Amino acid sequence: MAALDAGWADPRRLYTEGRQARRLLDDAREAVASGLGVRPPEVSFLPSGPVALTAGVEGIRYAGRRRGMRTVAGAVEHSAVLVPGRAVAAGSDSPQLLDEVAVDSSGRVLLAAWDVALAEPGTVVAALQSANGEVGTRQPLEAAWEACRARGVPLVVDAQAGLGRDAVPDAYDVLVGDARSWGGPAGVGVLVVPERTRWRRPGATSEAEFGRTDAEPVVPLVLAAAEAWLATAADRDDESINARELVDQVRTAAARVPDTMVVGDPVDRLPHVVTFSCLFVDGEALVHELDRRGFAVASGSACTASTLEPSHVLAAMGVLTHGNVRVTLPLAAAVPGGEAARAAGVRAFCDELPGAVATVRAQLGTDRL
Amino acid sequence: MSSEREADEGVEVVEVDARGLRCPIPVIRLGTALRDRPAGSLVRLLATDPAARSDVAAFCRMRGHELVATTDEAEHTAYLVRT
Repeated sequence: MAALDAGWADPRRLYTEGRQARRLLDDAREAVASGLGVRPPEVSFLPSGPVALTAGVEGIRYAGRRRGMRTVAGAVEHSAVLVPGRAVAAGSDSPQLLDEVAVDSSGRVLLAAWDVALAEPGTVVAALQSANGEVGTRQPLEAAWEACRARGVPLVVDAQAGLGRDAVPDAYDVLVGDARSWGGPAGVGVLVVPERTRWRRPGATSEAEFGRTDAEPVVPLVLAAAEAWLATAADRDDESINARELVDQVRTAAARVPDTMVVGDPVDRLPHVVTFSCLFVDGEALVHELDRRGFAVASGSACTASTLEPSHVLAAMGVLTHGNVRVTLPLAAAVPGGEAARAAGVRAFCDELPGAVATVRAQLGTDRL
Repeated sequence: MSSEREADEGVEVVEVDARGLRCPIPVIRLGTALRDRPAGSLVRLLATDPAARSDVAAFCRMRGHELVATTDEAEHTAYLVRT
């Protein structure tokens, strides 16, 4: 609210309120840049994480267009990479222009295949998540970046799922984030383009955000995002340790439910995300049953999506896509009652989960299968 | 459900038609057909749901069944599974 009072004016204007908004925006940028370990002019605020991600990949591809336009990406990347990449490939009649590199059953990209893909002539950009927001598995960023550097292909790292919850990546040529991951508001994407990186925005030149977008940031949102970063920075280590422990509890409880597969790497993962799939269960029915019992969860099952397709992440991992439930722990600071209330909520979830699954199986008549 | 004889193996194949049905129904139909069948039985599942591709394979791993063959036909995919 303080952000709304202070930052409403147009930061490009010279009147007092405009100059004040500019100052606030500069301060916010400095706070985020310092948190990410980069210089303020390397940080641009875009309207969302996915928009920043698409722009990050496009700018590298455009800067390298004389050498080719081929993109290499992990098969479990965000749709903001895969959908535009497929469109470029479809538009050129060359499906090879987007190479979706296979992952193992935990969702980790296969490094040998990654290297082969990078070696293909005309490859000008690679994209990889720091960790997958759906299943939590971290990617081997250091090794992937090393392979990129050996092939002269810049790497865009998508840290939308992990910034503020897990260590800030340092193995990248472009870094992308979303303020929501650290408890900030929706509507703030972060695009980090270090000075050493060749990045160029296609289309008309723009003054906004060092020329990396044509949309001026909404100053109050950016202030709120910077505030959230600073407010959660002090507790980040404890928060991560506690979340990791709570997710372990959920993984253990889910693994005890009959015919249930806990998905994603058990150790090398984000602290706050857990996903599992229950055989012979309708994902939508399970989400509703858990909601009825007071738990808000998501699902990657096709029946909960607007399309016929199940989650491309689960499908690429070759794991069960139906009966899927994803729990994303909020920051303890964002829960009324704090850590104690969050831990109690997780305990209650673990207690109720077997009954919720059994209820849905009974409804479907699959409890004796 | 219909039955046929697999010419070269002499093993009866039970066919389960789950075309047009969405997740998790195809896998439920497959599980139902495999239940109570003697070891070595074969079931062929016909499905159009794209989710069945990952789910049939995952189901077989979880339950210790063998996914013998996955065949793409014009309008559907056939999954041959052994108990």
